[in-house]
Amino acid sequence: MKFVGIILASSKNEKLEDLASERAMASLPIASCYKAIDFTLSNMANSGIKKVAVITQYNSRSLLNHLSSAKIWELGTKQGGLFVFTPSVTKDNAFEYKGTADALYQNIIFLKRSQEPYVLIGAGHHIYKMDYREVLKYHINNNADMTIISKEMVKNDELSSYGIMKLDSDNRVIEFEEKPLDPETNIASLGIYIVKRTLLIEILEQVISEGRYDFVTDVIAKYRKKLKIYAYLFDGYWSNIRTVKKYYDTNMDFLKFNIRKQMLLDYPSVATRIKDDPPAKYNHGAKVKNCLISGGSIIEGEVKNSVLFSRVCVGAGAIVSDSIIMNDSYIGKNCLIENAILDKQVIISDNQKIIGTKENPIILKKGAVV
Amino acid sequence: MKEMIGMLLAGGQGSRLGILTDKTAKPAVLFAGKYRIIDFTLSNCINSGIDTVGVLTQYQPLKLNQHIGIGIPWELDRKNGGVMLLPPHIKTKEGSWYSGTADAVYQNMHYLEECDPEFVLILSGDHIYKMDYSKMLDFHKEKNADVTIAVLEVPIKEASRFGIMNIDDNDKIVEFEEKPPEPKSNLVSMGVYIFNFKLLKKYLEKGHELHEDSDFGKHIIPMLLEEEKNLYAYKFKGYWQDVGTVDSYWKTNMEMISIIPEFNLYEEFWKIYTNFDRQLPQYLGEDAHTDTCIISEGCEVDGVIKNSILSPNVIVGKGAKVTDSIIMSNCIIKENAVIDRCIVCEDCIIGEKSKIGFGENIANKKQPKIYNTGITVIGEKSVIPDMIVVGKNCVVHGETKKGDYKDSELPSGETLLAKEVKQ
Repeated sequence: MKFVGIILASSKNEKLEDLASERAMASLPIASCYKAIDFTLSNMANSGIKKVAVITQYNSRSLLNHLSSAKIWELGTKQGGLFVFTPSVTKDNAFEYKGTADALYQNIIFLKRSQEPYVLIGAGHHIYKMDYREVLKYHINNNADMTIISKEMVKNDELSSYGIMKLDSDNRVIEFEEKPLDPETNIASLGIYIVKRTLLIEILEQVISEGRYDFVTDVIAKYRKKLKIYAYLFDGYWSNIRTVKKYYDTNMDFLKFNIRKQMLLDYPSVATRIKDDPPAKYNHGAKVKNCLISGGSIIEGEVKNSVLFSRVCVGAGAIVSDSIIMNDSYIGKNCLIENAILDKQVIISDNQKIIGTKENPIILKKGAVV
Repeated sequence: MKEMIGMLLAGGQGSRLGILTDKTAKPAVLFAGKYRIIDFTLSNCINSGIDTVGVLTQYQPLKLNQHIGIGIPWELDRKNGGVMLLPPHIKTKEGSWYSGTADAVYQNMHYLEECDPEFVLILSGDHIYKMDYSKMLDFHKEKNADVTIAVLEVPIKEASRFGIMNIDDNDKIVEFEEKPPEPKSNLVSMGVYIFNFKLLKKYLEKGHELHEDSDFGKHIIPMLLEEEKNLYAYKFKGYWQDVGTVDSYWKTNMEMISIIPEFNLYEEFWKIYTNFDRQLPQYLGEDAHTDTCIISEGCEVDGVIKNSILSPNVIVGKGAKVTDSIIMSNCIIKENAVIDRCIVCEDCIIGEKSKIGFGENIANKKQPKIYNTGITVIGEKSVIPDMIVVGKNCVVHGETKKGDYKDSELPSGETLLAKEVKQ
């Protein structure tokens, strides 16, 4: 195969509050039965990539557990496979990665031992569907050193949170500004790159030897004039779940048919760890409208505009709206749950009220009991 | 050498299920939404610690073979043991179709000899129940039995419909009476046997010599009783159903959607495993109404579902109503269609505004014994065009067109088999 995949799942994020305090972002539950990393992993497998390295760091237990069922993404077993790397203490390294370039550099052996000519690097917490073979073709046709997958973003305040690029008429990157206060364009880098493997090794060795550790500022921004970097414009659905609002909105996006169709129903499918749950059961009194529901759930109350994960119980008389309820949570009789995100195994006893707002959904930590 | 291996009889036609088993073996028929009937027995095996199971197939095995594969969902994909699909095959001198339950096992003696177990568990693949076979083996060893037969208690007033086992105080079987007018007990054989392998081998050979259609219940067990072998009855306590008729298949499915079903699929203990291709959430739209139903993954529901079961990937359009029905995988129920007391098999399309299951309760004319309780069955891969009315106890199979229906109607009791089947 022509390229190996690397998924960077090693960054920390404060903006997700309790949702990411005990789990890697790539482990966040999405759309009723998936984890965030399933999307990138499935994209890689569906693009014919046979070897994938997941580089992880903080709160990786849940992610490691999820990835242990490696067979599911049908990555090669003889000539490929799913590799998971955590920081390891050696005479040169310490317990943590000093930045994204360092995370790659500390796993440079993986790159050196591979035979594939190209590398695809992406994050573990982006939600999108893409056939990377199209991007590889584009990269090769342009004789590029690096291709950055990009998107034309809506012109709003959020633009400043991206790497913004200026392109020439051939879509070659002539300017790159990471998180600019005054964005010059609305072309944003999605943080997904294709680069020649040997070139990447060369650059990483150079950059680390200079004591620089960030892939975006120390590699891309720095090398933008030296290397032939092209932008591949992607126009499908793409979301980065790095804040509570983005996480909430992304899940709610799956309530729209066209998103579900594009992301889940159309070929190829998104693979995730199989759960052996019985079908969802709707007892008399259940009133469910505009919701995503998964197996093992037993519903006796009202649920609307919500995303429920597996094995969720909603008691009689309860009203759940505009909320995300994760695995194994239990909502007692006559409760009122609105604009809430309930983590896994939350128990709400009868007659409780959990009410948040659209701008600030109320979050209940894993295992919380009310 | 394994202590006990399973031989699962999954070759029968299940002819009383009519069009449900026309192209599919009975153990491969969907049940409770996402399971196939054989999943219960296979899951019982792995949950009981049996990791070597021969599955004897014969009738219409394609879907069954595909479903079982190499046994991954039931942890039966093993280097040492695992699941082995055993269809009829030619051996050096002879080979033939399986003509009876004992004949089928007899023809696979070489598989058994290679496994060389101490005990053989004979099972069928068409019952719904949860059972720990290791407990039955403990009982078998305790009693020093030659054969142990699992038995079920039936209400004494129904006992005369079955083959009854009469036992002594020690649970030893002393007599076997087929449909006795005055039953001495209410214990019925479940068709689950544990044999000592050496004994099984001897009696299968004897059975083969004496009977062309050698059968466990009809020939082997009576022969063992006559020769005064040690046969013991293991009393099974729990839910058990044989879904052998259209009516019992429908009723048993419906039992799963009651508020506290007798057979609980929702407990963590003794999970039932099945094989399915992809994990998907189900979506219920703004206009969805769900009341007392079970809905499987991948369904997109915009209509009314009441007292019904939906298998994976069923699409129910706006305004459609499904009541008292079982809709199998990948069906499309178009807008405003109404389905009442039906079984719609896999991959069907029901057209807009069509009404299925409406009319008088007249038994099916061609097969009155199979379809007579008001249930209409639509065979797999069928198409029913828009605005058609189909009555009760009807059978429809194939890609039917408007021209196939007189006045856009199929009256109760009628059968319509179209020449082409949807691909």
